[in-house]
Amino acid sequence: MEKIKLIDEKGKRIDGRGAKDLRPIKIKVHPLNRADGSCYIEWGTNKIIASVYGPKEAQPKHLQDPLRAIVRCNYDMASFSVDERKRPGPDRRSSEISKVIGEALENAVLTNLFPRTMIEVNIEVLEADAGTRCTGLTAAGIALADAGIPMRDIPAACAGGKVDGKIVVDLRKEEDQAGDADLPIAILPRTKEILLMQMDGDLSEKEFYELLDLLADACINISEMQKKALLDRYKQEEDVEEDKETKGKKTENKEIKKEEE
Amino acid sequence: MSKSVVSAIRKDYLYKLAQDGKRMDDRKFDEYRKITIEPGVITHAEGSARVRLGKTEVYAGVKLELGEPYADSPNSGVLITNSELLPLASPDFERGPPRENAIELSRVVDRGIRESGMIDFEKLCIEPGEKVWKVFVDLYVLDHNGNLFDACALAGLAALCTAKIPFERFGLGKDVPLPLATSPPISCTHVKFNGALMADPSLDEELIADARLTIALDEKSHFRAIQKGEAGSFTLDEVKEITKMAQSNVEKIRNIFKKAVKR
Repeated sequence: MEKIKLIDEKGKRIDGRGAKDLRPIKIKVHPLNRADGSCYIEWGTNKIIASVYGPKEAQPKHLQDPLRAIVRCNYDMASFSVDERKRPGPDRRSSEISKVIGEALENAVLTNLFPRTMIEVNIEVLEADAGTRCTGLTAAGIALADAGIPMRDIPAACAGGKVDGKIVVDLRKEEDQAGDADLPIAILPRTKEILLMQMDGDLSEKEFYELLDLLADACINISEMQKKALLDRYKQEEDVEEDKETKGKKTENKEIKKEEE
Repeated sequence: MSKSVVSAIRKDYLYKLAQDGKRMDDRKFDEYRKITIEPGVITHAEGSARVRLGKTEVYAGVKLELGEPYADSPNSGVLITNSELLPLASPDFERGPPRENAIELSRVVDRGIRESGMIDFEKLCIEPGEKVWKVFVDLYVLDHNGNLFDACALAGLAALCTAKIPFERFGLGKDVPLPLATSPPISCTHVKFNGALMADPSLDEELIADARLTIALDEKSHFRAIQKGEAGSFTLDEVKEITKMAQSNVEKIRNIFKKAVKR
């Protein structure tokens, strides 16, 4: 089979992006009603929804920590999220991803405030197009903030890699499959601490640090989008509250008038 | 496993409202919540739909695979319906293999599709006894706020009605729409508590319900599937009253459904 050209002469990628450009990202805060916090994110063709429940009683009990809360993450892919149907339910890949995302989030949460409890984070991939663990973690960070869980900062994540010998940020599926390396990271934007890092493929030391720098910048950008989405959501909420208040006053006034009559 | 509990005071309140002919969200007893059907939301799926019924939200995805037919029906394609009560959707749902509730839900939706004859299974056969299309309908519940039966049934039907056979992905030629024979039956779920009968139960109403009844009616208003649930019972008159409610609601829902899937 002929190898597809992933980067053209002008340095543009198959979807017209430059090396540092992210795919378009759309974030909706609190799309779910039952969960304490939730977030829906569209990142390129990735569609992911994350929810947070808790802090609640830690189950099973032996997981309880008398000094702090534990963070449990369930990462799951819908059967129809990929071309070939995926068998529903947890598998080895999703278990590993759940573990590393849970650990990354636990680092951001001020767990010592809620001893003996559990914070449950659920990530559901509805449609997958490379970079789902980073997209999921980014959404989970927002869902945690939406649930009012105290954190040191909202974690943000992004993956990058090497395609046609060039370092690029935010791989899409074709690039991920044909590329030479894949490096997902999650950072705490305020301190730039790395919370999650995995890699496979082949990168020289120089390439590795170059990519890491680019990814850190990308995460800072993503962090701004996260904050904006959260602020927008609570701005809306304020508007709604105001409406209710003014409406309430109006009906009150009417009632007073009636009484006067 | 923890289970959501409706506080005694709220239960009393709902009972009292029902006595006065009211419901907590101001609906009439036979009134449905707002239904939104969006087909084609997942591009990787052969067919998909997102359905919102009030605050309840469900995604359905259809995937097709090649496989062997069952020995007793060598000329027919295979339908597999599966529902996932995601831990996202409710504090009561846990990860892991499907439990009773999820199995009942998938089987009721499965029957609604299978027995309606809407899928022409014979046309899904490629080589008799050897190779047929297996149709997977996967229902993913994202937000559980009552009446998953109707939401899942609608989502599954909408996903099927917009599905295509992925000949291209298997290198067998061009994609074609899934062969569908008839217009599908629409199901309506009702609950009974304290003697009152209500269509489209909200979560609280579902949790305090004594009994539940789902009826699926086709275009000729014939019964195509029924499922009774929970420990309570219905009298014959109650079943008749529910049938009346269902007949009027099915018409309205079918219109919304047809508009959404344009088929």
